[in-house]
Amino acid sequence: MYTVSKRVNPVKRMYLLLEEWFTLSFGADWNPLYHLGTLTFFFFWVVLISGLYLFIFFDTSIAGAYASVEHMTHQQWYAGGVMRSLHRYASDAAVVTILLHMFREFALDRYRGFRWWSWLTGVPTLWFVITLGITGYWLVWDELGLYVAVLSSQLMDSLPVMSGSMARDFLAGQLTDRLFTLMGFLHLLGQPILLIFAVWLHVKRLSHVEVSAPRGLAVGSLLALLVLSLLAPATSHAPAELSKVPAVLHLDWFYLNVYPLLDQWPATRVWMLTTSVTLLLMLMPWLPPKKTGPAAEVHLDECNGCGQCAEDCPFDAISVQARSDDSRWENEVVVNPEQCAACGICVGSCHSSNPFRHAKKTLETGIDMPQFPIDEVRARTVAALDELSGDTRIMLFGCDNAADIDSLRSPDVAVLSLFCTGMIPPTLVEYAHRHGADGVFITGCRTGDCYFRLGNRWLDQRFAGRRKPALRQRAQRDRIRVYRAAETDTARLRRELAAFQRDMAALKQEASVPGTRGEAEIADA
Amino acid sequence: MHKILRYPLQALNYTLFMLLVWYFSAAPPYAQLQPDQAVITVAFSHAGERREECRQLSREELEKLPPNMRAPMDCPRERSPVKVQLLLDGELLLEEVARAPGLYSDLGVDIYRTAKVPAGKHTLSVQMNDNMRVEGPTYTHEQTVTLEPAQLLVVNFNSETGSFIIQ
Repeated sequence: MYTVSKRVNPVKRMYLLLEEWFTLSFGADWNPLYHLGTLTFFFFWVVLISGLYLFIFFDTSIAGAYASVEHMTHQQWYAGGVMRSLHRYASDAAVVTILLHMFREFALDRYRGFRWWSWLTGVPTLWFVITLGITGYWLVWDELGLYVAVLSSQLMDSLPVMSGSMARDFLAGQLTDRLFTLMGFLHLLGQPILLIFAVWLHVKRLSHVEVSAPRGLAVGSLLALLVLSLLAPATSHAPAELSKVPAVLHLDWFYLNVYPLLDQWPATRVWMLTTSVTLLLMLMPWLPPKKTGPAAEVHLDECNGCGQCAEDCPFDAISVQARSDDSRWENEVVVNPEQCAACGICVGSCHSSNPFRHAKKTLETGIDMPQFPIDEVRARTVAALDELSGDTRIMLFGCDNAADIDSLRSPDVAVLSLFCTGMIPPTLVEYAHRHGADGVFITGCRTGDCYFRLGNRWLDQRFAGRRKPALRQRAQRDRIRVYRAAETDTARLRRELAAFQRDMAALKQEASVPGTRGEAEIADA
Repeated sequence: MHKILRYPLQALNYTLFMLLVWYFSAAPPYAQLQPDQAVITVAFSHAGERREECRQLSREELEKLPPNMRAPMDCPRERSPVKVQLLLDGELLLEEVARAPGLYSDLGVDIYRTAKVPAGKHTLSVQMNDNMRVEGPTYTHEQTVTLEPAQLLVVNFNSETGSFIIQ
């Protein structure tokens, strides 16, 4: 089994503090840091809808563009003006959420190993967003638009593949509507299509991709954007004048931060810097690489091809195909080792992982982790429980990517860390009860923040009976507790575990009093 | 924490987020030019002269060629680089040597260079050499200009008339 270092680096500690603050403010379900992707989608919806409105009134000509934007901003401030402000501020907010998304994945070390694809495709996606914003500023055709147009053209001219000078088009007497129309087309259609394609690639290796932000967050964000739009409406600079160079510009630093560099450096050096930073970011998953454990293995003898593991796999690594042996079942599952994160969630999904099966021989399941098979999980659970000498015996299951549970081991508490708590088949909990555990305590990544994306959710749904394999009705739920904790939450976890121990002790005492639920009943359950 | 108590915290978070968005969407202002500065841009497209002069082929040389390729003149395609110097009040402000692009270095060059200068009255002189077989400038132009703050003065070259245009 792979060991995971429990030292928490300062960046991660800082991030976890921030996460804690947001959980305090919004609750785990609405914690914005858990929904940065869907929030970005939401902001793009706002950008899209406001952009469509603006397009109705926008004049895509050099002579008319500025006047049409000014008309919307001032004469139609209650609709066009608000829409313009929403368009700008939602675009900026999207950059913030994208940068936070990157920071989060970096701080939590969720960009290497099996996650390389999402990171690699995510970096250029940010550039697509930035260029979309750049053409947007261009279209306003004010002093800032002219500045953006001229400097962008200089950047393009410096590329060896470009012939002719695009920057000269912005000198007095040279500019025509054709280039302006081209920019309009790029901003309104070409770049958004490219961006959608990039986002599709970005999430291609994920399953159960969420694109909708929680309603509460969406409503809150929209209200905040609306208030900002009313209090500080987006405005233009003076109209573009080809014979003048604006002295002072109010740049949108979220999108135009590279441009001032062009005042200091030649365009080729700016290209070198941005390209180097981009390449460095893209190569980060291999600096250094992170080893992913061996992929899950399918044991066809125990697999009936039900496809639950394929349904549960967070990384779309399992597919259902026609049976390749002469079994009576119609289908089998196949693991794509390239995409397997070795999380073990599929083991928890498999009905054959029931530890009550094959009590006297090796427990084989339909899909298993070769480095920590379900048979070993069962054996180590039993061995850990057998070692307990305390009065109230607790079986504590944890996960390798959350709070360190080793320090919680005691004569009363047996611990077993798994790859993910989603690896736990519900029957394992009952099995632990049956083998002497007075209570089963499960801890893992913070609620809403599973390292393997869906392990927490699937465990909760299985325990609630909403997902297969479900925890049986007869299982004693009052002897099970789930409390999730990150690496920095050990003290809180210790307190929660102590409280659970007290509850289990009380339950045990209650059971031993005549007239209450008997021990035999508990044991039987 | 009770849900009701969370609302003020949420409002605080949204406020901070929107303050961040609002501020960096237009601030801090970027001063591209000082208040007393103007900009001179040298921008034109021009093909330099051929590196080598055209040469009349001899009868013997023509006879060696296939009949359909017997052009009487041999004109090497490569063109000279174009060197431009811009002097402001006698001081060198800009210098650019542009090599002819293209696989055979036979295309016209595009020059686009910009410089910030103090506003006011100046003597501007432009020199260009587009023929490597000639020493010194092949075209020159000098003019007194008065630049307003934030004005963009463009130095252009008309290849047909062989003259600089400053406007």
